[in-house]
Amino acid sequence: MSATEPWVGRPLPRFEDDVLLRGEGRFLDDLSPVAHTCHAAVVRSQLAHAGIVVDVRAALAAPGVVGVLTGADVMALSRPFPAGIDSGTPQYATAIETVRYVGEPIAVVVARDRYLAEDAAELVDVDYDPLDAVLDPVAAAATAVHDRTFAYGDVTAAMAQADLVLRQTFHVPRFTCTPVECYAVVADWDATEGRLTTWANFQGPFTLHGVAAAALGLRGDRLRLLTPPDSGGSFGTKSSVFAYIVLMGLASRHLRVPVTWTEDRLEHLASSAAATGRTTEVEAGFTADGRLIAVRYDAIEDVGAYVRAPEPATLYRMHGSLTGAYTVPNVGVRNRVVLTNTQPSGLNRGFGGPQLYFGLERTMAIAAKRLGLDPAELARRNLIPADAMPYRTPSGALYDSGDYAACLDHALELADYAGLRTRVEKARADGRLAGIGIACIVEPSISNMGYITLAQTADERALTLPKSGNAEGASVSINPLGGITVRLATTPQGQGHRTVCAQVVADTLGCTPGEVTVMSEMDTASVPWTVASGSYSSRFSGVAVGAVQAAALKLRAKIDAIRAHAGDENLSLRRVAGMAHWNPEGRPAGEEPGLSAVAFWAPPTLDPPDDEDRIASSAAHGFIVDICAVEVERATGQVRVLDYVTVHDAGRLLNPLLADGQVMGGFAHGLAAALYERHVYDESGNLMTASLVDYLTPTAPDIPALRIGHLSSPSPVTALGAKGIGEGNTMSAPACVANAVADAIGRDDVELPLTPPRVWNLLDHGDGG
Amino acid sequence: MTEITVTVNGQTVVEQVEPRLLLTDFLRHRLGLTGTHVGCEHGVCGACTVRLDGVAVRGCCLLAVQTDGSVVETVESLAGDGPLSPLQAAFKRHHALQCGFCTPGILIAAEDLLSRGHPSHEAIVDMLSGHLCRCTGYTPIVAAIEEARDAPALARAEEPAG
Ligand code: FES
Ligand code: FES
Repeated sequence: MSATEPWVGRPLPRFEDDVLLRGEGRFLDDLSPVAHTCHAAVVRSQLAHAGIVVDVRAALAAPGVVGVLTGADVMALSRPFPAGIDSGTPQYATAIETVRYVGEPIAVVVARDRYLAEDAAELVDVDYDPLDAVLDPVAAAATAVHDRTFAYGDVTAAMAQADLVLRQTFHVPRFTCTPVECYAVVADWDATEGRLTTWANFQGPFTLHGVAAAALGLRGDRLRLLTPPDSGGSFGTKSSVFAYIVLMGLASRHLRVPVTWTEDRLEHLASSAAATGRTTEVEAGFTADGRLIAVRYDAIEDVGAYVRAPEPATLYRMHGSLTGAYTVPNVGVRNRVVLTNTQPSGLNRGFGGPQLYFGLERTMAIAAKRLGLDPAELARRNLIPADAMPYRTPSGALYDSGDYAACLDHALELADYAGLRTRVEKARADGRLAGIGIACIVEPSISNMGYITLAQTADERALTLPKSGNAEGASVSINPLGGITVRLATTPQGQGHRTVCAQVVADTLGCTPGEVTVMSEMDTASVPWTVASGSYSSRFSGVAVGAVQAAALKLRAKIDAIRAHAGDENLSLRRVAGMAHWNPEGRPAGEEPGLSAVAFWAPPTLDPPDDEDRIASSAAHGFIVDICAVEVERATGQVRVLDYVTVHDAGRLLNPLLADGQVMGGFAHGLAAALYERHVYDESGNLMTASLVDYLTPTAPDIPALRIGHLSSPSPVTALGAKGIGEGNTMSAPACVANAVADAIGRDDVELPLTPPRVWNLLDHGDGG
Repeated sequence: MTEITVTVNGQTVVEQVEPRLLLTDFLRHRLGLTGTHVGCEHGVCGACTVRLDGVAVRGCCLLAVQTDGSVVETVESLAGDGPLSPLQAAFKRHHALQCGFCTPGILIAAEDLLSRGHPSHEAIVDMLSGHLCRCTGYTPIVAAIEEARDAPALARAEEPAG
């Protein structure tokens, strides 16, 4: 590499790695941020739905117990969590008199250590009065707590003109991304000042700081959230730590001791945040030559026992992209949200994408079969053409850039599509069950904070403050010795944000990345942040990088002014810093003293929803083509992936090594949803997937080799042209694998996850059964 | 309380412990060796893997008292104060860690495997079936272990620029 080549774009290994490899990472449970903390254990519901009477006397008398926080205390000290819609079932930090899912917090026992707390938690006596549990979201649709219908174009007329109308129901089950580190919270209530300081492996502040503060009845500045330097993965799931920030905050407040709590795996599986389950009837109209002219969705969204913030966001995150990668002029959707007696939903990698694309991309595969077209050809006839970019979808997204046909060609070439077809034909000729699947999806990133207001009608929205945009802040400071420190507000959990920011700042200030210290710890009292700050919707490379670069550019301008003032444009950074700090009176006229800059950045295209309910739901839009071949074992129903190719256009790659890491990680989650993972509740609402023995996550032998290709259409709406890349394969892989399995076994009704018994049951066993 | 004597990363420690204290809690919260992680406490995720008398074991499924008189090695022992070990350096080169939470357990298990000869690709993948990583998709982990097996010097030599 030449010395002048930018650092951005290089596959630089990470600065994060050394401490992690040496076991010197600082995860929250490794730390004691306040002295003399007591340990919490949470008493949880054993039943899916019941009235409860709680007796804590025995627990209070147990050795080492400091006290117990009950539902009555929670009710007295806090308010329900605000949510995007009023479901009529308010949620507090614990159950109040009624439990609504297995694992719901009932009380918190605080003791001198975790062992004693868990001993005492077993002594809390809960008397249950069982109630009927609602477990089938479709059967519960009549009692939906949210029901909105949207139409763009004339769906009914187009459907009437279509030569082929398909109608099929698709179900995406509830799964959870299960980071290897569970939730952790330390809460320290300051009674004198009425202030709560909490440390958590949270990924906000995001909108959820405000939700937590509202539940606690605290002014925003009185709820200080901090995160440790390291967090053991999240994939969205840790956004719901906020509910436990409130719970442990209340325990600390009530019992007047600092409280620490680290969730165990059984708690995590029962009561963290599973994705929503969605049942969607898709109706799609095609012309005889394969043009998709209308699509209509009827979606029933299972959010679990409560509508917990930011829900019902899963339903609306993809709203601008209802037509996927295709030029479909007419699209309609009915969105219903139902409550069931299962764990509440929350962010999980892909967030709404898997739910949307499973229906759309399965429909495309089924249509190809009916129309007698190769699925790649059907896709090609419908993909948005490159010369239509930037492209406004009927529901309002502005696709910023891309050459979808070129990506398809690249994927077909990388997969040796003709060769793959031959291979599959040969396997079939040998009597084996083999098939090919394709998925073409748009991967949106950088969510519009206003999309959630689509849950309201335009008239309702008119009565409130408009919501829009997605802004991020950052600061870059140079100390008296020339040391550079960046503060970030994206609270990463392993994505390598610190390394990428060091690359960006190095290019702007003319130093090496190794000379830049990037602090990614959140502290709502000192980091420049906005209501959008945090890790979700793959917003780092677009928005946070924009803020970091903007701050560095401000500083660069000041450094240049100082150099010009001194008459030496080669003055070292250290010298400039010394002058700025030690001789502020000698600074150039018009310049502020100091050598530090704060900047905020937001993409320019994220308006609030308009009166026709159109929304630019995301700023950047990557594109992915996945192609895979599978073989299904006739005797067992086992699906084996023979080959998997994914081609991404995520704009400019800031660090290709890390970008591929995100692709491989997203693919593993997508494949897990395709073949392995779902939460199962029995007919009484007991969680059957309550341990990692029962909730089957794939390990190394289960993940097939992935061949990755990249094209690059830089985004015109992000600072450096980058788009999100970490979620796409969670959206594409379930559909792609399902399409391949459907092709292999000749059935349209394949369901996720494609486990051996379910696939086996779909096979024609030649016995009439 | 029971007195135990354990050699941890080369140092002999004598401690009074409750019989029910887990080895992971002993290492993390008594000795401050927080590099050993806890992801499930029921023997599935492998994050807690340490070497007990040279053999990779699950720290969460052992009590501290069971290690009395034994030698325990944790991730902190791999490089000590020196440069990254060849295996650690290979992990860095291959971007075989993201959040790094699974990493200590995998490093210990991989060191254990590599210390027993020249494992095949299949043997490495098979060993990894005892570990959960939710970030990387495993492929870079396999590549890193293979590189450390084949070319330990290369892995050590390649420190990143910048
Ligand atoms: S913590 Fe020991 S195996 Fe998961
Ligand atoms: S690197 Fe995060 S779990 Fe493996």
